[in-house]
Amino acid sequence: MTALEKIPILVEAPEAAAQSYLNTLPLLHEILHALRRLHRDGTSTALDLLAMPFGPGDEARLFEFLGNGELSAELDAMGQSSIRESRFSGVWIIEHKSSGGRRVALQIEVTRLPAILQTQPEDIGAGLDAMQEALETLKAGEPV
Amino acid sequence: MADPRTKTLGETLRRHGVSRRGFLKFCTATASMMALPPSMVPAVAAALDKASRPSVIWLSFQECTGCTESLTRSHSPTLESLIFDHISLDYHHTLQVASGHAAEKAREEAMHANHGNYLVVVDGSIPLGNPGYSTTAGVSNLQTLEETVAGAAAVIAVGTCAAFGGLPKAYPNPTGAVAVRDIVHDKPVINVSGCPPIPMVITGVLAHYLTFGTLPQLDQYGRPMNFYGTSIHDRCYRRPFYDKGLFADTFDDEGARKGWCLYKLGCKGPMTYNACATAKWNEGTSWPVESGHGCLGCSEPNFWDAGGFYNALSIPVGEVSRSVSYAAAAGLAVGAAAAGLNSRAKAKAKKNHGTVTVDDLEKKS
Amino acid sequence: MNESMDFLLWARGTAFDVAVAIFVIGVIIRLFEIVSLGRANNLAEPKGSEFGPGMKTIVTRTLPEAGVFKRQPLTVIGGYVFHFGLLISLFLFIPHIELFAATFGFSWPGLPNPIVDAAAVLGIVGLLAVLWHRLTNPVMKILTEKEDYLVWLLTFLPLLTGYLAYHRLVNPYPFILGLHILSVELLLVLFPFTKLMHTFTLFLARWYNGAMNGRRGVES
Repeated sequence: MTALEKIPILVEAPEAAAQSYLNTLPLLHEILHALRRLHRDGTSTALDLLAMPFGPGDEARLFEFLGNGELSAELDAMGQSSIRESRFSGVWIIEHKSSGGRRVALQIEVTRLPAILQTQPEDIGAGLDAMQEALETLKAGEPV
Repeated sequence: MADPRTKTLGETLRRHGVSRRGFLKFCTATASMMALPPSMVPAVAAALDKASRPSVIWLSFQECTGCTESLTRSHSPTLESLIFDHISLDYHHTLQVASGHAAEKAREEAMHANHGNYLVVVDGSIPLGNPGYSTTAGVSNLQTLEETVAGAAAVIAVGTCAAFGGLPKAYPNPTGAVAVRDIVHDKPVINVSGCPPIPMVITGVLAHYLTFGTLPQLDQYGRPMNFYGTSIHDRCYRRPFYDKGLFADTFDDEGARKGWCLYKLGCKGPMTYNACATAKWNEGTSWPVESGHGCLGCSEPNFWDAGGFYNALSIPVGEVSRSVSYAAAAGLAVGAAAAGLNSRAKAKAKKNHGTVTVDDLEKKS
Repeated sequence: MNESMDFLLWARGTAFDVAVAIFVIGVIIRLFEIVSLGRANNLAEPKGSEFGPGMKTIVTRTLPEAGVFKRQPLTVIGGYVFHFGLLISLFLFIPHIELFAATFGFSWPGLPNPIVDAAAVLGIVGLLAVLWHRLTNPVMKILTEKEDYLVWLLTFLPLLTGYLAYHRLVNPYPFILGLHILSVELLLVLFPFTKLMHTFTLFLARWYNGAMNGRRGVES
């Protein structure tokens, strides 16, 4: 132990976090092209950010650039999800978390409305059944 | 044992009260885990909806249990665990509760009930030197493998030991260790290499089989292309520094603090194919290069014998400066000897040199 | 199954040691031979100094001569482009510098990869140009021996395989990297026994020519 204690330990500020790794710029251009496609012929694009080679701080810089837009929504299905539009209309940031709070997917969707926000046909059927059942079980004359 | 192949994943999830939105979210995460583009999510959803429950038999041979450790780390609540809930892990002698004869009976039952359809996952290499080097319940690894694989649909070799022989096969390979592919020739073998493999990659390969019922496209080493298709180097966030010629020379110099390229410190990223740079480790926290250490190349064959971990990739395996100095000494010695012989020959020629006068020449003619 | 990796390890291990040994021993013996043989005593009285003209000739014969350039521009341009491309790729590519550092214990700064990449392309183009010149120019064709083609190939292969390896144009990577190293080893093995020795002898020869002319009091 005495030999180990002689080694001076100097904790320095993590300079690595402060600089750009040049990996966000190409991605922003990819998003720009996707937005141009959406504007021109309505084609939607989705990008998986978990598949991007991000360095420390790259993701934060990307989100800082994209900023917050008019709309944001929370989804609670098998864990929390956040769906928000960036300050550039048509560019959405979708983050899915597991019920353990762990991020399981992170996507940029360039679209008019992310599909996950729409009610799914299967769920409409389930909602119909549930509502009908709820109405039928109402006691006659009970005020609603 | 109830028939394991009746319920589809879609039915299981609906029974658990999972909404379609929740299912789509699950599919998005699964597609991301399988390294598929988001455009594939609808296809994944359609397939997963109908996916049935495969039986999996996990065999551990000459290994350190690091691969199982890695896998259980991917077992945080929900999404991936759903994949696991949905496979029937019928035998894994480290994780299962049963032991002894009951455990071996479980394996035999699973093999019998799912003949031709079950998956065999192998971690660890197989010793051919002496069957006694590694046994389970008194049965040699080779015999267990051959027996279990006979009725399998496919084999997944998890970890560099099972895929390429790994540490047990490192020089001088005392146990005569071989990889699964050296033994199994008549079944598809997927190599999920790494020491250990990225947990998400292990689950991703299982998810691919579960989703599409087929095996993913493989590279020349039998590894799934979607995870091992690009080198660490090509996907490394520090790559711009390599291209600019900015390198860390030691682990605590300015370059290291600024996060420059670790090539000179022995990073094997350029010859290593794996998904670390994007999938990362410990729930996406970081990965070796991000924490400031070069890649060891653990997902490549023979990485233990591929030269020092801290030697740049371009440096030969042996001690090159020593061979150069020996060669130089030998060259000097031979050169000196040759020079000596030459000067002796010259001196001799000088000694025997006679002078010719005009008279001598005229005499002859 | 692991052939390409085994091949790379062999190329980086045993083969490299053998090639380096042959190269170093061979080059030293040849240089020793040349220097130790010496020259016959020149009994004539010197008409000028040797050192100055010798040094001057090293420079003048390294620079292109106007007359030669007019008659054979391709030889001059191709030769320069190829030599500079080769030297930059060989000595200023960081992975190569690491190899020299491990061998000799000292290193020097390298160039950013895109510049080295461009230099390698110029080297390859230069080599192809001089080969084409040798094959099409009647005078060059007569002057060219079999050894010239061998030496050309020995120089061309490392550049080509290096380019392919750097850009990952051949799979698997360990295989092409191994081929690159092997091609350099081939170059090293045949180096002492071919015209490639000019790398070491050219300055010696130029100095000697200049010095002899200086001694005789003539311009060189």
